Amino acid sequence: MENRNLKGWLYLLPAAVFLGIFMVYPLIDVLIYSVEEGYNSASQVHFGIGFYNYSYILHDPYFLQAVKNTFILVMVTVPVSTGLALLISVALSSVKKLRDLYQTVYFLPYVTNTLAVGLVFMILFKKTAYSDGLINLLLGFFGCGPIDFIDGPYWAKMLVLCIYTIWVVMPFKILILTSALASVDQTYYNAAKVDGTTKGRMFRKITVPMISPMIFYLVITGFIGAFKAYSDCVALFGTDLNAAGMNTIVGYVYDMLYGDSGGYPSYASAAAIILFAIVLTITCINLLISKKHVHYT
Amino acid sequence: MENNMNLQKTEKTARVRRGAVKAITYFFLTVWALLVLFPFYWMLLTSLKSYSEYSSEVVPKFFTLKPTIDSYIQAFTAVPLAKYFTNTVIFTLATTFIMLFVTVLAAFSFARLDFRGKNLAFTLLLSLMMIPSELVIITNFVTVTNLDMRNTFMGLILPSVTSVFYIYLLKENFAQVPDELYYAAKVDGTSDMKYLMKVMVPICRPTLITVTILKIIECWNSYVWPRLITDDEAYFLVSNGIQQIRENGFGRENIPAMMAAVVVISLPLIILFLIFHKKIMAGVARGGTKG
Repeated sequence: MENRNLKGWLYLLPAAVFLGIFMVYPLIDVLIYSVEEGYNSASQVHFGIGFYNYSYILHDPYFLQAVKNTFILVMVTVPVSTGLALLISVALSSVKKLRDLYQTVYFLPYVTNTLAVGLVFMILFKKTAYSDGLINLLLGFFGCGPIDFIDGPYWAKMLVLCIYTIWVVMPFKILILTSALASVDQTYYNAAKVDGTTKGRMFRKITVPMISPMIFYLVITGFIGAFKAYSDCVALFGTDLNAAGMNTIVGYVYDMLYGDSGGYPSYASAAAIILFAIVLTITCINLLISKKHVHYT
Repeated sequence: MENNMNLQKTEKTARVRRGAVKAITYFFLTVWALLVLFPFYWMLLTSLKSYSEYSSEVVPKFFTLKPTIDSYIQAFTAVPLAKYFTNTVIFTLATTFIMLFVTVLAAFSFARLDFRGKNLAFTLLLSLMMIPSELVIITNFVTVTNLDMRNTFMGLILPSVTSVFYIYLLKENFAQVPDELYYAAKVDGTSDMKYLMKVMVPICRPTLITVTILKIIECWNSYVWPRLITDDEAYFLVSNGIQQIRENGFGRENIPAMMAAVVVISLPLIILFLIFHKKIMAGVARGGTKG
């Protein structure tokens, strides 16, 4: 028996070491960092224990800007991308020819480097001295003046960020929803057809309830993912996000930790914990709402 | 007679309507497919234009009559793109390999072996799945800095190895292998290690391949950790490289060369995807998320 215990732990050892050093210990440590006031990373000393770090970042205009940006991004991209993905998945499930081809094409953005493709979006939207860029050319056809989407007004930058984020998250959502739609039992539809039910009613009364657990899963993962947005912003607006006014909460954490304004692990920790608290709260609210509306079979 | 005519008429309108719905559906699907593909087309197109051609276009053109590979040559000579590329290959292969080793052993231990504290350890593991990487990255940054592993491959690789979700996924898969095989192997005097390598791993190969591919994609695209931990260009990965190129390589105006670099770093994953798209999509549908 002793021998077996030993063997079990021996196989587990590499994973335990890695997880212990790089996940469990940091988790405790980040809480400690966040309450150490006036921590200096060079001398590794601090003045006292308290909530000054939290109060500091909650009064930091950069942090408040980051929170605002993140919330706008979440509130726009999650509903739009989920709705659009549902529309595309339903359309995709209603056709037979070329379905695999479409599905493969739709999934392509998932495997590409966010930063690399972000650069392409940047040049599509960017207005430079010698050319207004492709998107402004298209806008010109509709009589809209050229807008600088990358260095211009706040709403324009936000719009590009939302468009790019939606483009990036769609593949995952379409994939999950098409496989959910494929698994709905056809007999429900056949029964409804016998009763002469209209297509719209079938969609509302059969399709949506049957795939509601998956829609709900996408809403939750969508919220969590959008709250952690960062590399999309870097791809579009460069690494100095505070200057561009387009920072996100995660970006703020990293900037506090490292970079030009960096060297403050305490502030970074406090911001990371606030982010975690926000995500946890939203997830709990989602869970409560879903109890009413999601049908598990 | 009158009735029959009506029936035919209704059937005809119904057919026309079905056709119209189908046409609209295909149109809609094609529009989305074009929106997905367009950025890829645009990066390829721009990378094939020469610098002078690109900058003389006040109105961007949708095609080029004189494709040139000058931009690609520049991408490899003006910035150390080949170096970024090799770094990423080393990082990706090493991380994936160590991750597989660690994950397979842990999953086997959870699925097949009996030992005291197993349930507690497994519960702990599952609760770790909820922890966002943003929360632990701060201490990891400090740890790696204190260990003097900034700008080393060790510092890049070690914290990227842990994948709680893959241990869970593989454990579920291992648990499906019938117990009888294990007892039969035990009767034959096979060691646990040999059983794992000769029986479990071959049976669960599809899952292992999926996990491997997903990890490769994750490594190839990772940006945040490498950015924190490397500021020496000799250790940049492609994501940092592309950001570096954007901020001060080539001069900010040389978009074709920038796009050539983007094509070069996107290509390996696109090829991987074209070969394994069924496996990748099935794997992600089973529970991957981005990042």
